[in-house]
Amino acid sequence: MKQKRALFAIKTILWVSALSPGVHLVISLLRGSLGVNPVEKLTLWTGMTALVLLLSSLAITPIRRISGWNLLIKLRRPLGLFAFFYASAHFVIWFAFYNIFDFRYMWADILERRFITAGMAALLVMLPLALTSTRWAIRKLGKKWSTLHRAAYLAGTLGVVHYFWLVKADTRLPSLFALVLASLLGFRALQSRAAARIKLQRSSNQGRGTRFTE
Amino acid sequence: MIIRRKPDIASSEITPERTYLNRRHFVKKAAAAGVLGTALGPRALQGKTTLQELHPRFDSMTSEMDEPLNSYEEITTYNNFYEFGTRKSDPAENSGAFRPRPWKVEIGGMVNKPGEYELDDLLSGITMEDRVYRLRCVEAWSMVIPWYGFPLSALINKVEPQPGAKYIEMKTIVRPEEMTHQRFPILDWPYIEGLRMDEAMHPLTILATGLYGADLPNQNGAPLRLVVPWKYGFKGVKSIQSIRFVEEMPINTWQVQNSHEYGFFANVNPNVSHPRWSQARETRLPGFRKDFDTMMFNGYTDQVQHLYAGMDLARWK
Repeated sequence: MKQKRALFAIKTILWVSALSPGVHLVISLLRGSLGVNPVEKLTLWTGMTALVLLLSSLAITPIRRISGWNLLIKLRRPLGLFAFFYASAHFVIWFAFYNIFDFRYMWADILERRFITAGMAALLVMLPLALTSTRWAIRKLGKKWSTLHRAAYLAGTLGVVHYFWLVKADTRLPSLFALVLASLLGFRALQSRAAARIKLQRSSNQGRGTRFTE
Repeated sequence: MIIRRKPDIASSEITPERTYLNRRHFVKKAAAAGVLGTALGPRALQGKTTLQELHPRFDSMTSEMDEPLNSYEEITTYNNFYEFGTRKSDPAENSGAFRPRPWKVEIGGMVNKPGEYELDDLLSGITMEDRVYRLRCVEAWSMVIPWYGFPLSALINKVEPQPGAKYIEMKTIVRPEEMTHQRFPILDWPYIEGLRMDEAMHPLTILATGLYGADLPNQNGAPLRLVVPWKYGFKGVKSIQSIRFVEEMPINTWQVQNSHEYGFFANVNPNVSHPRWSQARETRLPGFRKDFDTMMFNGYTDQVQHLYAGMDLARWK
């Protein structure tokens, strides 16, 4: 019961905080309070929100491991899906206003500009992850699902690179994102090394008598 | 392009007080137009704020240019002036403590009359005029701005450069205590820009001291800034503290920052892409869509193309 209430509480917090940037943007847009260049603000804030949510989804596992609070795993899927939602909005705004719905402009942008190449790649990597986030897909894919969803790290990396290449001069914020990403990847790497060692020990225990040469 | 000289009256004959009062009048009207514009939303604003509505003085200028002016509010709340922060709204928000008066300009290098000039002394005898120019930012947005100022050539002639001077180099003042973001190494301060001498002497090149007939607000580069309408906006160095006449091509700030992106010339050119975006189209603010075709030399080709005869503009970008 206590568990259920806690889950409801953290899910509510997540929904409210993930939806509020979008609601705020829509209201500001309707009120005309996004300033002289509204499209620039819409683009910046949808992109920023997508990246923050994507990195948050990647942070769930490390935080869970460290804190031992397993309930957090329930937040990973909604975080990832919200990230995909904002990334898609970011893409649509770019396609609609910057490329005025013209595929030729879009292609030229993707091919010629590396920061757009990276951003587009990030969105494409996120697409199959979003599509296979249903319970049915998880069951159907089994072990392959975990392997596939490790691509979230690739999406995160591409997203940070996209932001880094975009910024002209003040790299403080993209550097912060890069630092967060690096520590998440670092944690993951340490963990899989530890896991590998455990696996190695187990197998050597099983194969007692046989010699291991490296 | 619109150039209209005021009648040939020496500035000493105009009572400063009247000018001052006039300026207030402009600001009020301009600000009112801006507020109204916001209430009506960007779409309604476009085409509404004309110089005619602001003052009869601008009558003949409006009839020559059918592109609507940007409102005073738009011009003064959406700025790139990294000394006050990198967001567009930062300069308007953070520049309140900046004191553009009293102001001294240091003239140096290969020049017969070097020295540290009081701004008012430097401007005495120079006729001020209104100039309506397109401003094309390298970030692919643009505005139409009614500057108030004078041709840079007037100042150059006054201080008498020597024949060896091939370039002119201008620097923004360094005042980290007032310019909030000079405390951070965002760019290599001070901001430096330069022009070839023939570009600097060109009649379209102006130093602005105002816009909409009123003094420049701090966020737009008070009290003195460069405006070169056929080049990308970043060439327009703001709050100029030093002007030097030199033999070698100055290395401007953005070249130091990122040499393969920005060159010295930075002429508006729809055919040469920026590495990160196309320069073929622009968003004419406060519009939403990037659907305004960028013009060669920002539409000033007839006036300036002779400066670059025989130059490969894809290479010298």
